[in-house]
Amino acid sequence: MEKITLLGQKPTRHGFGHGLVELGEKYDNVVVLGGDITGSVMTSFFKDRFPDRFFSIGIAEQNATTIAAGMALSGKIAFFSSYSAFAAFRNSDQLRISVCYNEANVKIGGGHSGITVGPDGATHQSLEEVSLLRALPNMTLVVPCDYQEAKKATIALGEMDGPAYIRFGRSAVPMFTTENTPFEIGKAQILREGADVAIVAAGLLVWQALLAAEQLEKKHGISARVINNSSIKPIDVETLTKAAMDCGGIVTAEEHQVYGGLGAAVAEVVVKNYPVPMEFVGVKDTFGCSGEPDDLLVKFGLSWKEIYASALKIIERREKKFIGFRKLTDIAAYSEDM
Amino acid sequence: MKDKNMGINIEFVEKIFENRRRIPEEFTEIALELRRDIIKSLTLAKSGHSGGPLGIADVMSVLFFGGYMRYKPKEPDWAGRDRFVLSAGHMAPVLYSSLARAGFFPIDELATLRKYGSRLQGHPGLEVNLPGIETASGSLGQGVSIAVGMAMSDKLIDKTDRKIFCISGDGEMQEGASWEAAMAAANFKLDNLCWIVDNNDCQIDGRVKDVMNIYPLDKKFESFNFDVINIDGHDFNQIISGLDQFTKAHKAGTGKPTCIIAKTFMGRGVSFMNNQFGWHGIPPNELQAEQALDELR
Repeated sequence: MEKITLLGQKPTRHGFGHGLVELGEKYDNVVVLGGDITGSVMTSFFKDRFPDRFFSIGIAEQNATTIAAGMALSGKIAFFSSYSAFAAFRNSDQLRISVCYNEANVKIGGGHSGITVGPDGATHQSLEEVSLLRALPNMTLVVPCDYQEAKKATIALGEMDGPAYIRFGRSAVPMFTTENTPFEIGKAQILREGADVAIVAAGLLVWQALLAAEQLEKKHGISARVINNSSIKPIDVETLTKAAMDCGGIVTAEEHQVYGGLGAAVAEVVVKNYPVPMEFVGVKDTFGCSGEPDDLLVKFGLSWKEIYASALKIIERREKKFIGFRKLTDIAAYSEDM
Repeated sequence: MKDKNMGINIEFVEKIFENRRRIPEEFTEIALELRRDIIKSLTLAKSGHSGGPLGIADVMSVLFFGGYMRYKPKEPDWAGRDRFVLSAGHMAPVLYSSLARAGFFPIDELATLRKYGSRLQGHPGLEVNLPGIETASGSLGQGVSIAVGMAMSDKLIDKTDRKIFCISGDGEMQEGASWEAAMAAANFKLDNLCWIVDNNDCQIDGRVKDVMNIYPLDKKFESFNFDVINIDGHDFNQIISGLDQFTKAHKAGTGKPTCIIAKTFMGRGVSFMNNQFGWHGIPPNELQAEQALDELR
């Protein structure tokens, strides 16, 4: 296992932008559609490099999505990128029929996702799209954890056939995977070995999971297995089931609503294959609000502290051999006690 | 042959039409056959949309069998083909009949419309691999945009002379997404796109102008920078002339998309369905089917 070190800070959207340019160099049927915010979602890199294969559709996400489908049905690998708030919700009917039912080779880059959009506030803080997207048949969904993974995922999605969505964020986040870190659609990676509890995370919460694991080890001698579950659909049933069997409890962590997101996806696998206690770190059925990203992560309970507390909770539940019905608010209360 | 289930005489006569220019008398015969297919398949399906398909049958006859569209029925994915998108997906029965009569698949298959295991889904889909279907449609306002994407791909990227034909409903123009598609078609100067609006002024709840007025349609499309052609969608000479104008504009490279507004009557050809919006989304029962087939001789 590669030793994990902090390599700096960079936004995942840059990984998407650079991945697109690499795809463009490699395949001349890659086309990109813009929705007016090309400089924000970094499709501007592609636009500058391949102006003939870039098309500005304006502020019309429904149209861009269906035009992408039409191009895909004409043999193109068609990317469209906008903020997740508009690239998954405004166009969800188009994603369902024209993209997914058609099995069209359309790739959506959902940018500025999650609470860390910050000052823009609730309208732009998409926290529900994982739930929506993973319910769509034929859809592939990846939530990369850092710059390098976003770049690798973008290229991998371009090279696979069929509908896909990559969810990335706005702010600079820790870089800790390298060019050599493996990435495969449908595979989760174990970033840290452990046998007492497993932490399954996606996006920027993966780094927080690593921090939590360190603290668990240092303060309690608890060895936590940290899994980067960037490929949410298809999901890595084998790695997750093995984590349940080896560790006997799982904490999930995501910058997304706890309803229907990564946590739910992991729970579906665990409940079916090897039920163990689970705790869910995520946004608890509320909208976001304006603020600086770091403050919002604390306010909405999306840091290593909540992961750490949830891991202890799992161990406590297991020791009491108690698996009962509990409210999400209990977890919040527990976090506050710390 | 008496069909046990229906108690009426339903037989799909094996007859394939050629794709070449014809005289109006020949289109009359083709359109009659399409209308008979529509009645028969809907009667057997016991559900589906009667009015729209009957109303657009004359336009479909000229489009598919008048030599305006290039296609090879035995090679549906032929790269040189022109493409057809039925944005108003609920009018599928007339598309299925046209494709079968053109030789894309066996005519008998029309009897499976809307049934479990059939390639003739209630609204067109790609999953079932029915030859000749270019995209799923049925959620209104999407097919027109798909057609724009196809036209962009052909004209701006592949630089081919392929043409894209698309039929939308008039009620479909109430969908905002339809106008997003129109905006992009003109923006990208898609003179390879022929957008036909089936203007029967009927939708489920009533007259289009009463449910939500979309008129004047021609002025709207003109202001969106389309070449607009108003035709009587039941007059073969006018349909021919409209499609000729589009073909000419495409060859000349006018840099403007064409919109043909075809004034039609929902349920045309069957006296008790003609211009009755109540026939939008229902099939004829056995008695009504017998009478309809009687009239369509």
